[in-house]
Amino acid sequence: MLSIISILVASTIRSATPLIFPALGGTFSEKSGVVNIGLDGMMAVGAFSAVLVSYKTGSPLLGLFGAMVIGGLFGWLLAFLSIHFKANQVVVGTAINILAGSLTTFLLVEIWGKPGQTDNVNYFTPWGPFNMFTYLALILVLVSYYVLYKTPFGLRIRAVGEHPRAADTLGVNVYMMRYICVILSGILAGIGGASLSIGSISLFKEGMVAGKGFIALAAMIFGKWHPIGAALACLFFGLADAIQTISMSYGLNVPKEFLFALPYMLTMLAVSGLVGKATAPAADGIPYEKGEK
Amino acid sequence: MENWINDLKSSLKNTMKEILYPLAAIVISFIAGAILVYAFGKSPITAYKALFFGALGDWNKIGETLVTTTTLILTGLSVAFAFRCGLFNIGAEGQFIMGGVAALWAGWALSGLPPILHVTVTLLAGALAGGIWAGIVGWLKAKVGSHEVINSIMMNYIAMNLSNYLIMTVFNEPDKAFSYEIAPTAKLWRFAESFVQFKYSRLHTGIIIALIVALIAYYILNKTIRGYEIRAVGFNPSASEYGGINVNRNIILAMVISGLFSGLAGGIQTAGVQYRVNNLFGFTGYGFDGISVALVGNNHPIGVILSGVLFGALQKGGPMMQIEGIPKEVVGIIQGIIILFVASNFVRVMVQKYKENKEIKAQVAKGEVK
Repeated sequence: MLSIISILVASTIRSATPLIFPALGGTFSEKSGVVNIGLDGMMAVGAFSAVLVSYKTGSPLLGLFGAMVIGGLFGWLLAFLSIHFKANQVVVGTAINILAGSLTTFLLVEIWGKPGQTDNVNYFTPWGPFNMFTYLALILVLVSYYVLYKTPFGLRIRAVGEHPRAADTLGVNVYMMRYICVILSGILAGIGGASLSIGSISLFKEGMVAGKGFIALAAMIFGKWHPIGAALACLFFGLADAIQTISMSYGLNVPKEFLFALPYMLTMLAVSGLVGKATAPAADGIPYEKGEK
Repeated sequence: MENWINDLKSSLKNTMKEILYPLAAIVISFIAGAILVYAFGKSPITAYKALFFGALGDWNKIGETLVTTTTLILTGLSVAFAFRCGLFNIGAEGQFIMGGVAALWAGWALSGLPPILHVTVTLLAGALAGGIWAGIVGWLKAKVGSHEVINSIMMNYIAMNLSNYLIMTVFNEPDKAFSYEIAPTAKLWRFAESFVQFKYSRLHTGIIIALIVALIAYYILNKTIRGYEIRAVGFNPSASEYGGINVNRNIILAMVISGLFSGLAGGIQTAGVQYRVNNLFGFTGYGFDGISVALVGNNHPIGVILSGVLFGALQKGGPMMQIEGIPKEVVGIIQGIIILFVASNFVRVMVQKYKENKEIKAQVAKGEVK
């Protein structure tokens, strides 16, 4: 019994790790007022870039760095189009997801000359029961909480997402704050992607992200747009995943589709106010225009 | 008389502009795709030639392109209709899946009905399932104010898992990762039965249904009071409320109608193309493509038909590029870039900036501004 529990706990944490980074990213982005539906695509380009850089340089650390840069670049794209061109943020996010899926597969075929998956590259071998990424996730959760709720910078982020006009009047640069947060969300999603590729296995597979960015988005909402809440939600969703894996190996008959769908059903209940009301930042998704009444 | 001519002129000019901006975005995206192909040492001309002939090379290829176009017109209309009410239906994917499963059920469980009636009921079951699936999202938005984007994303995943569960249990073809087949009476008529040109394509009567639905969508939006109200809510919900329009009822209605279209697309996929439903490992993408189609079609039913043809051709031409050694994902990349350009109004904003600059320069030249 004890062994099952320890397997379950370890498996939960391992499933939750890649979700925590994009969930934190989403929290920063939405706290500043920009909806980031593109987390999934940013994870995909992150996962791919990590493998590509590690393949070219032999260093997984540089791979992680590459994932952050490319993830951040896609974050910048979302920021640029939604802040400067006032594009519909959900549409741009969707376009990023389509683009990321096609671009990674295209480059995979062009660089490795075969579809499906890349060759093996150097990756982060586990430290103890977990990978480096798990510890990094824990640290980033605490740092994110501290930055958002205990520093003037975090206060500005929240002000820009709740009432940009008031923040602007007080001299906060709304555009700048949103740029920083959205790029940060891309960087974090990139790390999340890297934790899937060079963090657990040593290669990139087509479709390996498979909607994890959307689960992270759900976790962020279920966690009420709060870093610690989001991380706990990731753990909870990770538990559903772990139960599914373990129940299969122990021959228990829980329909796996039910466990897969559970995070999404819970999130719907949460936003509908049935499982504790989750309310988005007031200016979430609304482009800000200077001088507008 | 003169007024009338001027009116016509200005409306023509506006229509031209509406068409010109998406067209410019499409051209730029194709150029970007060409640069990418060239960067990897392949010929863009070979790529686009293969794309073109892969999509429209002969009658069978045209038929196959139209099969995809059928689906894309319907999911495009779905997204566009909700858009006109100010709603973002990112859940077309889930509604499509539910429509497919419901049609599967009706196409099998109701066998024994006369052929034309059976296929009609099958398609209606699909549409209805999509309508209910979207209606839940609309109802939640109207009653508790939860955002339709979040809920419809969640409903997409719930639909996929629910469908997979049903396909692998009650509807399962033993030992296979797909469902059993629908009854012959529930299948849509295929052109291949009478036209030898379409012998190797699955082109079916769904394309005609899609075109009729586009006209119906146009009629509802532009010629009925309900459509006027839906557009008013999309334009300005507060003003509509003040003007006596029931905003909540219109939100629910717009979502239901939007869902009917996507559900019908799913139903047609089952009754016209696959005759079964597969166990899905990921989304089909038809619902998300509907977003691109609606956007490029400017959320107008006629525009949706045209962009449905474009995206249908892109998707069906892709595999032919693959044969020429160019990854078919170029198509997805082009599609992504098109959406980015259209969504950001990139061309329009750039043209405006250029004009403003020119005016300022002209004024400087005249010495009006220093």
